[in-house]
Formats: sequence, C-alpha cells, structure tokens
Amino acid sequence: MEVERPSIDSRPDLPWLTIVWNDPVNLMSYVTYVFQSVFGYSREKAEKLMLDVHHKGRAVVSSGTREEMERDVQIMHSYGLWATVQQDA
Amino acid sequence: MSSGFAAGRDGGVTARFDAAEIAVLRSLISQILDLVEPGATGDDPLERALGIGSAEEPTDPVLARLFPSAYADDDLSAEFRRYTEATLRDGKRSDARTMLETAAPGRVELTAEQAQAWMRALNDVRLALGTRLEVTEEVHDEIAGMGEDDPRYPAYVTYDWLTYLQDSLVRALW
Repeated sequence: MEVERPSIDSRPDLPWLTIVWNDPVNLMSYVTYVFQSVFGYSREKAEKLMLDVHHKGRAVVSSGTREEMERDVQIMHSYGLWATVQQDA
Repeated sequence: MSSGFAAGRDGGVTARFDAAEIAVLRSLISQILDLVEPGATGDDPLERALGIGSAEEPTDPVLARLFPSAYADDDLSAEFRRYTEATLRDGKRSDARTMLETAAPGRVELTAEQAQAWMRALNDVRLALGTRLEVTEEVHDEIAGMGEDDPRYPAYVTYDWLTYLQDSLVRALW
C-alpha cells in the first residue's frame, strides 16, 4: 500500500533557505545594494551573492526558520527580486 | 537628457528632468498603479480587513513577475500568496504614488525615503516593460544593432533610459 507522504518534511532541524533567481531585468548594482541594505551584508559578500545569481542562475541569500525565510522572501519580492523559499535538502 | 541622480543632502538625492522625461515617467508609473490595483479579496469582511487576498497566481506575465510564487509547490505557494500579496500590492502602490507626487520638470530633490520609493518603483516599471518586451541580458547590444525605424526601437530606448536612471539612483544612494 502506498503511504501518503506530507509534501514538506517537518523535521525541525532542517533549516530553510531563501533563494534568489537570476532574471534579465534586475541590475547588478541594484541586486547588490538590496542584499547589503536588507541583510546587512558587506559589499564584498553582497557582490559575491549577486555574481552567483548572475552566473549560476541562483544563490542562497539567507537561511533560518521557515517563518524567517518567508519574511525574507516577502522583502525580496517588495524589491522586485525573484525569490523562493525551500527546505535545505 | 537627464544626467541621472546625484547624492544630495541628508542621504537624499537630486536629479534634473525636462518636461518630456517627466511625462514619460509619469505615464509609465501611472500604468503600474493601474496594474497593481487592489486585488480581488474574499467576500468575508474580516479577510478584507486583514488583507487576505487571492491565492491564484496571476496569468498575465507582467503581474506574475511583479508577484512571483514563493514556493515550487503550488499549494504552499497559494497559501503564501493569500497572506502576502495584498501587502505587496500596497507597497508597490505607495512607491508609485510617492513617485507621482514628487516627479516634476526641473530639479527633483528626494529625501532618503522618497529615493527608496523611486528606486523600487523604477524597478517595477523596468520589470513590467522588460517582461512585455521579453528583454534578455544582452538588451544593450540588441538596441545598438536595432535600426531607428524598427517598431520596437522607442520602447527599447525608453527601457534603456530607465535602466540608466535606476543605476544612477542606486549609485547615488550607496
């Protein structure tokens, strides 16, 4: 018999991630600025994350509880960045 | 043409625009304002008061880009959207209104807070226009190779100008 599995693993020790995805519109300067001002990252760290988004198509920009990541994604969306929440695999 | 933004007093910024540039900016930002009008909410007055809105992903590609899905999973995404999209709309409307209230021909002087609103609103305009034009990361080269008689030319040039303007604003705020 097939056991129905919940779509999301609820083990509390698995951190959740905020992923930002590459898109052709958002400016490299703007994305760096947003990472610095929203997360308080250094310019160096913010630029590295921005370049990861640009070259690899996506980057993990923050991690934590699901609630924290949903808040971060909401902030990213308010700046027009394409962001999603997912559980660390 | 406007030479873009420069850092001003107390974390603010300044720029100079002519009447034609302001007309373009006002027209585009008004379209954003129309586009992100309050979404459909349930009939329940409590849901309306709490800003609980639709769970549906917009079918229009521009709206889908302005209000992206937060999860790969459709059900989780719908639930997130139901509780957050109304707030997101309010924020975009507020930014757009700030821009409409402060965009006038001549010298524009923005406070740090107004500058942030302009930065996000300019980004919304570029996201909307860029999605409609289906721009790629090579948009600058595309324009360079495009004839002035190309029907796409005016929209692409406007997009390029907005890119320049937003970039100058980010650098003025840094």
